[in-house]
Amino acid sequence: MSLINLENVSFSYDKRINAVSNVTLSVEQGQYVAIIGHNGSGKSTLAKLFNGLVLPDSGSLLVDGLDVLNKKHLLEIRKRVGVVFQNPDNQLVASIVEDDVAFGPENLGVNRNEIGERIDFALSSVGMQNFRHSSPTRLSGGQKQRIAIAGVLALKPKILVLDESTAMLDPQGRKDVLDVALKLNKEQKVTVINITHYMDEVVSADKVIVMNKGKIAMSGTPKEIFRQKQKIEEYKLELPLPAIIADKLIEQGVGIKDGVLTERELAEELCRLK
Amino acid sequence: MKDVSFGQYYPTKSFVHNLDARIKILLTIAYIVAVFLVGQFQFMGFLLCLIFVILATAFAKVPFFRVLKSIKGILFVIVLSAILQLFFNQDGALIFEWSFIKIYDKGLLMAGFIIARITLVVLGASLLTLTTSPVEIADGIESLLYPLKWIKFPVHEFALIMSIALRFIPTLLEETDRIIKAQKARGADFESGNIFKKAKALIPILIPLLICSFRRADELADAMDARCYSGSKNRTKYKKMRLSWRDLVGSLVVALLIFGIVQFNVTGFLAVVL
Repeated sequence: MSLINLENVSFSYDKRINAVSNVTLSVEQGQYVAIIGHNGSGKSTLAKLFNGLVLPDSGSLLVDGLDVLNKKHLLEIRKRVGVVFQNPDNQLVASIVEDDVAFGPENLGVNRNEIGERIDFALSSVGMQNFRHSSPTRLSGGQKQRIAIAGVLALKPKILVLDESTAMLDPQGRKDVLDVALKLNKEQKVTVINITHYMDEVVSADKVIVMNKGKIAMSGTPKEIFRQKQKIEEYKLELPLPAIIADKLIEQGVGIKDGVLTERELAEELCRLK
Repeated sequence: MKDVSFGQYYPTKSFVHNLDARIKILLTIAYIVAVFLVGQFQFMGFLLCLIFVILATAFAKVPFFRVLKSIKGILFVIVLSAILQLFFNQDGALIFEWSFIKIYDKGLLMAGFIIARITLVVLGASLLTLTTSPVEIADGIESLLYPLKWIKFPVHEFALIMSIALRFIPTLLEETDRIIKAQKARGADFESGNIFKKAKALIPILIPLLICSFRRADELADAMDARCYSGSKNRTKYKKMRLSWRDLVGSLVVALLIFGIVQFNVTGFLAVVL
């Protein structure tokens, strides 16, 4: 059974225009899923649907077999689905890193010794164990966002949802946050759903979902998605930079193969030319 | 602007820093009561208080000038009340007269008395904020207010509001700074004009600040919900305050101080010494 299962889910903020309409999708245990889409495509609303911050107007949404429409399940669902939002400043509750990470487990009524262990685990998972007693205000954006991830990890979620969590970060901060997400996915088998508009974050995903006007426009592996160049353009998205470079090279008659997505693939193709 | 150290916390490790925050708050209140207990013109009682403050500062490893600096903020109040006493208290013998200014000996004594009283209160209170971080003070107040739960006072919510306010002070200061710069860049003038004009110039700062704060509050609420916040029910606390021998020693010293002052009041200084 899938970890997250949406069937014909619709939701609207104002009861007129659907932010999400008739979405059917499933996320499997251990997958790394990327959701991309233009502004206003409904991708962030999806994040809030996943953990019941907003509830579907119609359709069914099951998380690990639990129905979000059942009020008794909400807390269990939020325990399983950890969402990290865009602005790190607006997610941190406490003035000291360890207190902030402790916030989630405290809410669950975890006992003190175990909270301590969870803080150790969460902070070392994001590589911030040396900042345990620091004040978040003195950290960089990327570091703050890693603290926000740690705060969610302390709940021991099965699914980590990054809702444009890298949008406000500088390139280094972005890379650090993504590395953490990838590591969690590979090493701790945490299911990761990355909602983003950076195409280069998408190429390492197992599955890509393209949202457009509240509907799923495309779905498949990165290779399948980025092969359909016209559609990508139609949905106001662009190809990852290595793919653009490869395309331009092919146009100029350089003999490399089509379908390059990552820097590494591009480098390998170019090396083969010699 | 980023380095705003809120309050005036002086971080170091010392006997006074290690006192339990709750005890420190209570002892500060007791100390203030002690200063007010000093009977009229019993200056020896003040001397005792001064010795106490100097000793406490030494044990707190805080430079004495940092403690003295706290007077700067209320210098105006001190000077004003001293002047009022000096010129308008007409008890005792006339010791100085120049045109309409008449100074009486009781007035002079009273002015000195008031200066000593206010100064000592402020010195003691600032020692609390110098040696206790805002977070500790908030936690201490929460713990001290705990009995109010019996009359259905929302202690946990009150404490959470306090700690979130503390957490967001640097963030909002930064934001204010950014808005001021943005408005200046558009030609806003905050420096010239009379007081009404200056007040009016604040509107383009306050309105964006207010709107941003609401947005932040909204996002923070989502983030807290996402981390399973559901009020104080079944909530545990990671940090627990513990009393130690230090708190006993501190309490004894303050008790001794109050005892000494009362003795001076009753018998006068010489009777105690001889």
